Amino acid sequence: MSPSPAIAGAMVPSRAPRERVLSTAKRVRVDAAGLAAMLFFLLAAALPARADEFAALVSALAADGFAEKQQAVVGLGKLGDGRAVAVLTALKDGRLIMAPDGRVLIAAPVKPIDPVTGDEVSDLAADGLERIRVNNRLRVAIEGALGELTLFGADPDARLAAAQDALRHPSADQVPLLERAIAAEKSPGIRAAMEQSLSAARVLSGNKEERLAALRTLGATTDPQIKNLLDQFRADPDTDPELRKAADTALSSIENRLWLVGLAAHLFQGISLGSVLLLAAIGLAITFGVMGVINMAHGEMIMLGAYAAYVCQQFFRAFLPPGWIDAYLVVAVPVAFLFAGAVGVALERSVIRFLYGRPLETLLATWGVSLILQQAVRSIFGSPNKEVSNPSWMTGGFDPIGGFTVTWNRLVIILFCFIVLGVLALILNRTNFGLQMRAVTQNRPMASVMGIRTARVDALTFGLGSGIAGMAGVALSQIGNVSPNLGTIYIVDSFLVVVFGGVGNLMGTLVGALSLGIVNKFLEPVAGAILGKIVILVAIILFIQRRPRGLFALKGRTAEAEA
Amino acid sequence: MSLLGQGKSVWGPGFWAGFVACVVVLAVVVPILNLWVPPNSAVAIPDYLVPLLGKYLCYALLALSLDLIWGYAGILSLGHGAFFALGGYCMGMYLMRQIGTRGVYGNPLLPDFMVFLNWQELPWFWWGFDYFAWAVAMVALVPGLLALVFGWLAFRSRVTGVYLSIITQAMTYALMLAFFRNDMGFGGNNGMTDYKDILGWDLHQPNTRLGLYLVSVAALGAGYLLCRFITASKLGRVLLALRDAESRVRFLGYSVTNAKLFVFTLSAVLAGIAGALYVPQVGIINPSEFSPGNSIEIAIWVSVGGRGTLSGAIVGAVLVNLAKTWLTGAAPETWLFVLGALFVVTTLVIPHGIVGLLSRARWVRPRAAAPLPAGE
Repeated sequence: MSPSPAIAGAMVPSRAPRERVLSTAKRVRVDAAGLAAMLFFLLAAALPARADEFAALVSALAADGFAEKQQAVVGLGKLGDGRAVAVLTALKDGRLIMAPDGRVLIAAPVKPIDPVTGDEVSDLAADGLERIRVNNRLRVAIEGALGELTLFGADPDARLAAAQDALRHPSADQVPLLERAIAAEKSPGIRAAMEQSLSAARVLSGNKEERLAALRTLGATTDPQIKNLLDQFRADPDTDPELRKAADTALSSIENRLWLVGLAAHLFQGISLGSVLLLAAIGLAITFGVMGVINMAHGEMIMLGAYAAYVCQQFFRAFLPPGWIDAYLVVAVPVAFLFAGAVGVALERSVIRFLYGRPLETLLATWGVSLILQQAVRSIFGSPNKEVSNPSWMTGGFDPIGGFTVTWNRLVIILFCFIVLGVLALILNRTNFGLQMRAVTQNRPMASVMGIRTARVDALTFGLGSGIAGMAGVALSQIGNVSPNLGTIYIVDSFLVVVFGGVGNLMGTLVGALSLGIVNKFLEPVAGAILGKIVILVAIILFIQRRPRGLFALKGRTAEAEA
Repeated sequence: MSLLGQGKSVWGPGFWAGFVACVVVLAVVVPILNLWVPPNSAVAIPDYLVPLLGKYLCYALLALSLDLIWGYAGILSLGHGAFFALGGYCMGMYLMRQIGTRGVYGNPLLPDFMVFLNWQELPWFWWGFDYFAWAVAMVALVPGLLALVFGWLAFRSRVTGVYLSIITQAMTYALMLAFFRNDMGFGGNNGMTDYKDILGWDLHQPNTRLGLYLVSVAALGAGYLLCRFITASKLGRVLLALRDAESRVRFLGYSVTNAKLFVFTLSAVLAGIAGALYVPQVGIINPSEFSPGNSIEIAIWVSVGGRGTLSGAIVGAVLVNLAKTWLTGAAPETWLFVLGALFVVTTLVIPHGIVGLLSRARWVRPRAAAPLPAGE
């Protein structure tokens, strides 16, 4: 199983016993690589030779000429031996030294280290050590060799990066290296990346069958790098027609896939933005529908909710065991709902109820309230952004089809948004309060005559709308910064959702928010973020001309009464 | 009720006495106090105050233009800042062209920011802004045309109330986003500044500033007379009627759309003129003038002074901005509290504003406007 330590020991007899102990870990990996290489390529003889070769190449680094040094560096890179990383790094940093007896050592703070065995060397005189010099050409060679070697390194991120790097500069001489690296690789994700790079390298080398197989493999990927590579490959006049045809097939399959991935990515981002807009606008739609007033302080209710999430997080950090921190968000949602809802009820009782029948003045008064709330929060918490971190179960994401990442926080927000919508629909359609609310929306005087206490319904509706805005704030705190002017960012968009969708109708708000979100995200790559937004604003202004009461307007006499 | 028999008293000697007194104070007393009273005297108006007063007058004209449509026709535009800013940009473009080769880059063809962005030639919409007359025409035409098109679309399809307010807000928001873009060719984020002179007079000279101030007084006075003329005319009564019962006026055979469209466009032109006078006096125009918050603030000036009274708009604009200048200097963090409280308190407690309150105190009904309706 492990012939190489014994042979290496035979090569350097005096170090052999300690070497077994010290560098077992490195050896195991090199051995595994070697063994796999045997199985794959029946190159069993190469293995003992490789240990031999490593020592020989290290010695060659001390050669007089730069050309020989360079050859040794390239050789070390090709060898795929983990020990070479330390040697080459030392050489690059000017820490590789030559002892008077010709041994090549790595300079260390206490005692130099023998790169072949990894032992400290103590039998050296302090003088007579000579630094091995490098020039710029050599440095380039070292970088290249190190890049190849990282495929075998201990750091998985570095291996992945090296595999992706190999994809960017595919060349025929990478094939054996990548084959060995694939055999040694344990992580499936990195191995997949390496296999992609290997296919890319095989397209450029190998015989026709290998190339065709590689082209077929590449057709199943989505990487734009591969697309570039294939473009170049098929543009080359020397390419075999059959290979060119295979490349075309692979290219069109990649393009289809990229198009699908782009579609899915835009759709996901659009739904994500739409769900945020929906959360922000739904409370506004309810209060507008029931009471006919525009609440300009609605954005500030969102902001208060976000700060409630921040306060909850700080409370958990300060007073509760660290393991509980992930639960803060679960607590923040009801806290934000109740707090923003309470502020909403207070606002309705103290200001808005005196302004019924004067919607434009309500608009101004609530704008004043929004200024006061913003400044109050600024005075208490300060103007800089506050950071609200995702709980661990909402961080990261997954890649469903390759090419774009679905982040957990956005997915959770989408789910949360639909749960809120569902619960709200239940409240509106199945509870007594919901029945009263709908009655007041449709005909306030008639509802009042029928014995509904409209003042109470108004206050509760306003509280409900504000509370939902508070929960929207918790959701927003998970995808952006929390600042006193958080609300103003969303308020114009929320209005547009409401006027687009029509009031007093959850369906209208849902359709309005999702379509605005999705259209926005599909326009962004075409027109740019700002121009896209302008296009949407203009489109809505024009849309209002056609449907002055929104997409799902209430019909008949009620609609006139609302006006 | 009070509509009948109103026509005579609107232009009575009492009104003219008050109007002339105000004009004399603004156009004669202020320059005397600035030019001929020794600077260390208690009543002297130092040079730096003159453009500040001019700025207030521009705001007053802007508030007047909003009062014309909100107080009389019930159209609450939350995008009036856009017309103001467009007028300002037209004037700013003329002033940029006047800089000539005195800019940082000394380019004879292009303003500094275009040189900075590597533009090679002047975009077509900058043509003509070398001439003052063209710029003045554009100051009226650009806001006017925008208001005409926007109003035609909105009033024709009977978009009213809060829906109209929100789409005007969307309009100014869209314009703000557009003007923030560098590719638009209006200086992007930084806007336009560092002006040198207007019609050959150095903008930094006190005399030029006094001249601009006097032009602002004239514009405000003329604007006020025009608005008063319109509101006292038959059209003004149609406007009041459609504010209170739009459908009824329509059924009576008046063209509600045309009446609204006329005042909306006129109001936008007045706002544009206010913006054009504002820019040389403050020395800068940038896209933040388009921000929806600015436009809402105009409504509070009108509201504080008293909507539907014309003079109230002027009083409100000056008072609120005096308070703003003083408070943002003395205690900046309290300004938003005060402004917010103003919004709430005026709408709740004094819905008729200061002028309305004063008229009531004297047991005289506000002349130009009928009392505000209970419901809109």
